[in-house]
Amino acid sequence: METVKETLLGPIFKNNPIALQILGVCSALAVTSSLQVTLVMCVALTTVTAFSNFFVSAIRKHIPGSIRIIVQMVIIASLVIVVDQFLKAYAYAISKQLSVFVGLIITNCIVMGRAEAFAMKNPPIPSFIDGVGNGLGYSVVLITVAVVRELFGAGKLMGFEILPLVTDGGWYIPNGLLLLPPSAFFLIGLFIWGLRSFQKEQVEEPDFTIAKHTPVREGV
Amino acid sequence: MSSNDSISKTLIVAFSLCIVCSIIVSAAAVILQPAQEANKSLDRKRNILAAAGMLDDSKSVDELFAQISTRVVDLRTGKFTEDVSADSYDQRKAAKDPSASDALPAAEDLAKVARREHYAVVYLVESAGGDIEKIILPIHGYGLWSTLYGFIALESDGNTVAGLGFYEHAETPGLGGEVDNPRWKGTWPGKQVYRDGEVEIGLIKGSVDPASADAAWQVDGLAGATLTARGVTNLVQFWLGKNGFEPFLNNLQSGEA
Repeated sequence: METVKETLLGPIFKNNPIALQILGVCSALAVTSSLQVTLVMCVALTTVTAFSNFFVSAIRKHIPGSIRIIVQMVIIASLVIVVDQFLKAYAYAISKQLSVFVGLIITNCIVMGRAEAFAMKNPPIPSFIDGVGNGLGYSVVLITVAVVRELFGAGKLMGFEILPLVTDGGWYIPNGLLLLPPSAFFLIGLFIWGLRSFQKEQVEEPDFTIAKHTPVREGV
Repeated sequence: MSSNDSISKTLIVAFSLCIVCSIIVSAAAVILQPAQEANKSLDRKRNILAAAGMLDDSKSVDELFAQISTRVVDLRTGKFTEDVSADSYDQRKAAKDPSASDALPAAEDLAKVARREHYAVVYLVESAGGDIEKIILPIHGYGLWSTLYGFIALESDGNTVAGLGFYEHAETPGLGGEVDNPRWKGTWPGKQVYRDGEVEIGLIKGSVDPASADAAWQVDGLAGATLTARGVTNLVQFWLGKNGFEPFLNNLQSGEA
């Protein structure tokens, strides 16, 4: 059972899809301004990754190599549409806020990446677990980013006031930058820095080293 | 694996996968449609209430909606009519149906709606004594990418804006999509619609100078969304103008509606 545990928990910190593989960053920037929306997005992505891995793996021995990417896309796209329909039926307000980003799970590199890298070579059950694990890895980063952004950007968590805003008679002046997408970049950067300080093996070899400074010489 | 790459296997896999996936997708769409429709109508009611500034978290939408009476207005005469039932009348379908709408001459078609339906469903907020407190009118028109559908609420004088909101559009998020921004919507209440009998209200570039003599008829523009802003101005002016609800509002004031 060691391998099952590793497949499930490995992607959370050791092999995080966002922090180490740097996949799926665009949706991490877009949907993290409020925690509630983020949670729905995480559930949606985890579901799609897990089931697309499962179905791709189930038919992996019959997928012709020449059209394998298209086959994966069809499976992923169908799942995303089903998830989108469910959200529209049962979480209408949130689906309106997520708008286009649910549809964009189709192009989320994590889903495609796991289907191609793991599900094509492994049996359905481990693939499913791998999908859940990677979805959780994605969720950990997103939830961290969303908590910081909503708490310090709007003074709220899940829509409940934590830090009373000056405009509502409180003392907290919100940081407007945190509500804008670029702030997620900084936060993800800090998250990766923090993670790699603890797990040194994740630090990549530098592509080049900066040459030693040479003293200035006068032109001849 | 080599047999997998034969042309016949490729075609068989491609076709059967497409069929299975399309069955799953269409089944999900059909089965979930009633729940989605219910959400849409709830959302519509919520938007009507939001446009009138009547949304209250402590009460359910249906409960609040009970204060609102739904009436049908004949846009040709500007009077209430009982010819069609508000429940079954589909205004959007009627606008496309040549027998239920009139083509607009290009010069008068400010909102680029092409045809104007004969009837419109309006919502009246009435006090306990039966006096009209607010009038909520449906408006729609073309922005940059899409037709914007929404409501504008007027006070009982038929001239002061009580609120505005759009419930369906596909403008660029962050630019034209800012028509959903509560802060921007909050600049509408209190604005005046008519000046000397002409529709004057409209969006300007930049922010309104409160000291200006025209400030009562001006609304802040949307930064980076000139075309959406122009569309909003046009559709508000169209629907409150003589081809829209102006005759009805005049009749309502004189008690002849």
